[in-house]
Amino acid sequence: MIVGTSGLVLNEKLLFEHSDAGRKGYSLPALDVPAATLPDGLCREEIAGFPELSEVDVVRHFTRLSTWNYGVDSGFYPLGSCTMKYNPKVNEVACRLPGLADVHPATPDHLAQGALTLMYQLQEMLAEISGFPAVSVQPAAGAHGELAGMLAIRAWHEARGNARRTKVLIPDTAHGTNPATAALAGFDVVPIASQGVLTLEEVAAHMTDEVAALMVTNPNTLGLFETNIEAICALVHERGGLVYCDGANLNALLGIARPGDLGIDVMHFNLHKTFATPHGGGGPGSGPVGVRADLAPFLPGPLAVRDGDSYRFAGPPGSVGRLLAFHGNFGIMVRAFAYIRSMGAQGLRHATEMAVLNANYVRARLEGSYHLPYATRSLHEVVFSDRDLPNDCHTLDVAKRLIDYGYHPPTIYFPLVVKGAIMIEPTETESQETLDEFCDAMLAIAGEAGADPELLKNAPVRTRTRRLDETGAARQPRLKWERPC
Amino acid sequence: MDFPEELKYTEEHEWVQVEGDLVIVGITDFAQDALGDVVFVELPEVGAEVTAGKAFGVVESVKAVSDIYAPVSGTIEEINEELPDAPEVINTSPYGDGWMIKIRLSDPGELDGLMDAAAYQAHIAEEH
Amino acid sequence: MRYIPHTPGDVAQMLERIGVGSLEELFVEIPASARLKRPLALPPALAESELVRELKALAARNATPENRISFLGGGAYQHFIPAAVDLLISRSEFYTAYTPYQPEISQGTLQAIFEFQTLICQLTGMEVANASMYDGASACAEAALMTVRLTRRRKVLVSRALNPRWRKVIATYCRYVDVELVEVGYAADGRTDLEELAGKLDGQTAAVIAGYPNYFGVVEDLAALAGLAQGAGARLVAGVAEGVALGLLKSPGELGADIVAGEGQSFGLPVSYGGPYVGFFAARMKDVRAMPGRLVGETVDRDGKRGFVLTLSTREQHIRREKATSNICSNQGLCALTATVFLSLLGKQGLRELAQQNVAKAAYAREQLQKVAGVTLPFAAPSFNEFVVRSSKPAGEVLAALEAQGILGGIPLGADYPELGEAFLVCVTEQNRRSDIEALAGALAGGAA
Repeated sequence: MIVGTSGLVLNEKLLFEHSDAGRKGYSLPALDVPAATLPDGLCREEIAGFPELSEVDVVRHFTRLSTWNYGVDSGFYPLGSCTMKYNPKVNEVACRLPGLADVHPATPDHLAQGALTLMYQLQEMLAEISGFPAVSVQPAAGAHGELAGMLAIRAWHEARGNARRTKVLIPDTAHGTNPATAALAGFDVVPIASQGVLTLEEVAAHMTDEVAALMVTNPNTLGLFETNIEAICALVHERGGLVYCDGANLNALLGIARPGDLGIDVMHFNLHKTFATPHGGGGPGSGPVGVRADLAPFLPGPLAVRDGDSYRFAGPPGSVGRLLAFHGNFGIMVRAFAYIRSMGAQGLRHATEMAVLNANYVRARLEGSYHLPYATRSLHEVVFSDRDLPNDCHTLDVAKRLIDYGYHPPTIYFPLVVKGAIMIEPTETESQETLDEFCDAMLAIAGEAGADPELLKNAPVRTRTRRLDETGAARQPRLKWERPC
Repeated sequence: MDFPEELKYTEEHEWVQVEGDLVIVGITDFAQDALGDVVFVELPEVGAEVTAGKAFGVVESVKAVSDIYAPVSGTIEEINEELPDAPEVINTSPYGDGWMIKIRLSDPGELDGLMDAAAYQAHIAEEH
Repeated sequence: MRYIPHTPGDVAQMLERIGVGSLEELFVEIPASARLKRPLALPPALAESELVRELKALAARNATPENRISFLGGGAYQHFIPAAVDLLISRSEFYTAYTPYQPEISQGTLQAIFEFQTLICQLTGMEVANASMYDGASACAEAALMTVRLTRRRKVLVSRALNPRWRKVIATYCRYVDVELVEVGYAADGRTDLEELAGKLDGQTAAVIAGYPNYFGVVEDLAALAGLAQGAGARLVAGVAEGVALGLLKSPGELGADIVAGEGQSFGLPVSYGGPYVGFFAARMKDVRAMPGRLVGETVDRDGKRGFVLTLSTREQHIRREKATSNICSNQGLCALTATVFLSLLGKQGLRELAQQNVAKAAYAREQLQKVAGVTLPFAAPSFNEFVVRSSKPAGEVLAALEAQGILGGIPLGADYPELGEAFLVCVTEQNRRSDIEALAGALAGGAA
């Protein structure tokens, strides 16, 4: 069944093209104190071009814009490495409770015990899930958690007088944030070419006394468990280094294995992936970081700590410092807390099992019609390629045609080690029925590539816009609205 | 793909045209094809010193970015002023209007280390 | 489990199709030694009704403006949020979408970001703004690093009157990248000390960073700061912690700032115990390729119809990896949408009126507190909606006495500014009624101060 249809799509101008002088969509109470203003020399003229709209204008505008989007609530969103699971609605209600949403971050600790309790319990639950004894929930996103972790690694080495450990090993399957983060923490990046799963020999060949850490993703971006991880960690430790794990793919391991037990020293979580908080069209996320005990003093802080029956912010003593003005993306923490409390230990393990089952089911249904570059048993996601598609059809064409069928495309052209990669992560919240419909669409598209390739190359045709000119956008950047002359 | 016989080539896919002690440098047809539609070029200033094997500029497409390496050492004598406003000529005319810089050679001996068209084509075939 | 649809029958069918006998077989690649051999020790799962009860119980243990009179600011501001804001951002097509990497089915997000970029440019008086940063503090830290890239100099001068939490974040970001941070003090009127600044600027200075308004609520002389910085070949970074101030104050762009890094929480985001907020980041077009973060640009589709795409991505981590301008990937997209909706509702007039009410309320509070014996206001320079109060009694005792009367009187300054003596920061917004202000003055006069 083709889910996508060409229904009524409403046009909508830019905010600035709607404006009419004198409108506003906001009301203030009458001023109950004497009027006062700042000296003229400090004040601006009116803000040129700023919109002037009524409430109904604004509501229609953004409602129409929303209909041009596709979210998890619209349909299947198999974006590899992004864990686009369903976002429970009660979590949205929870973070908006006035007693949570309206707490000012400078509230004295003794008057914010509910918020501190929640943060403390979230730290503890994440510690138990990952096997890391200490967790800081301050970082705002995955890359921010990576930065926290890599700064802590640097500080740990410095505290031991290892100033010459300035290099970080990163497999070429890694997310781009890994090398960018290492650089921001002042490290030089040494890429390791890997084929599928990292081997002990590859790591050993690069693991000199100038290397501060190895950054891995486990399961890796091919969806494969790093089977040699324990031996690799032992080797890195033996040679004086530490192992950082990108926790983007933790959804494959809940209740099955704990990164902290494998010898990994530092890992960040993505609450917006594994713990069901919404992606928000690009954020906000939350990227807590967990570490083994002797790295705990270097975590970004302060952390929520417990004193008997009460909680407060404190330390840690050798902290690398603050990464945000306040305590982190608390509203996202509330959602993740609600999710973990709703799922419990059994529920989380069940989620992982169903996520892996779903990925393997999609793999079984598409294998043979799409090229599968790695035959190893994969976990929560599976990577195909466009190698066997006929008529010069490529991954991009499959992705765009999927949109016409009513699906968000998988992650494409990543990981870079697979040419024309199609990376599918179904997550546990999709039913067999949904997966079957999606797989039928993928198979139909493979057929179309042979029979009528123009269907792929012209796609999408049912969307608000067709394929967009990205080259033109980059050559002559127009990054804001300007009043026509 | 076109690889003129009269030019010399580097492993990083730059071409060199020798004119006395001046050399003209650009990127090869192979390089522009691999990058896709070029959207931006960053070139050094006239008078800057460049060193053989070191990056002197950057060329970008929508989804890729590549350093451009100096084939020889020397001083920048001239840059192609047209490129910033019309980077697409690197795609349409990599060996002509898409030239990037002119270097006044400091060590003509460095030219001996460059490849001829046949050796460069063999290099591409081996690399890919 | 209510979020997982599989029945035992589904599982059996799927395993059969995969060709394995059990779920366990799907995990064969994970060695036995790596397995967790016990269930996770987590509290038991809750039904939705139990969860709501537990969260309400936690919420009941926090002080909020519902049960206290609050004068807390210092980088997070309590402004009214119109109902339409939350209802619009709760459209799940917005909040359950990912980053708009597939533009044809993300035009809603992309156009909204383009509008956000435009609004931020209009507010700041700058030429280009990105799609958002984590918060104002991290945006300011990224601005410091950008000036180092642009100038190839490695010294950054930071005003002591910039929010101390922001200064700490800048220090964290600069910790291992060989950037020297030097503090510049403030003068008796509460503004950055221009003379000291002139003495510290040199040929190695990449940037001067100052708050606008600064942490004391004081409006800095940005034009003078820009003149001094640029005269030495350095850049001026204006850090805006209270975005509403830009509804009334001259824009940093007009006054010569090179980068404006700010906090957009005031634009429709609840204070939410510190986040999620939204950093905004604006610069000059000539510097666009050194900017961190995502950018949305206008283009056309195959039929010539206007549309929007992520653009100039080669600056970013997923393409340039270790040479990227920043490691940021996820940003604060939905919070940027929130700010866009909020600013659309307020519009040109609403934002100015809001800013003016804040000024008037704070001015009235200053006037009332000045009359209280034992209370002084150390800084004379014009301020927006915050100001420093000095008391004769220890600030901790004063705030505790206010607390006993149901008033959160302000943020103590002793730890960050011991030189100010017994002082605290008071913030007054349009949400504080005249009676709240009089209650504060009354409590202080009644013995708290």
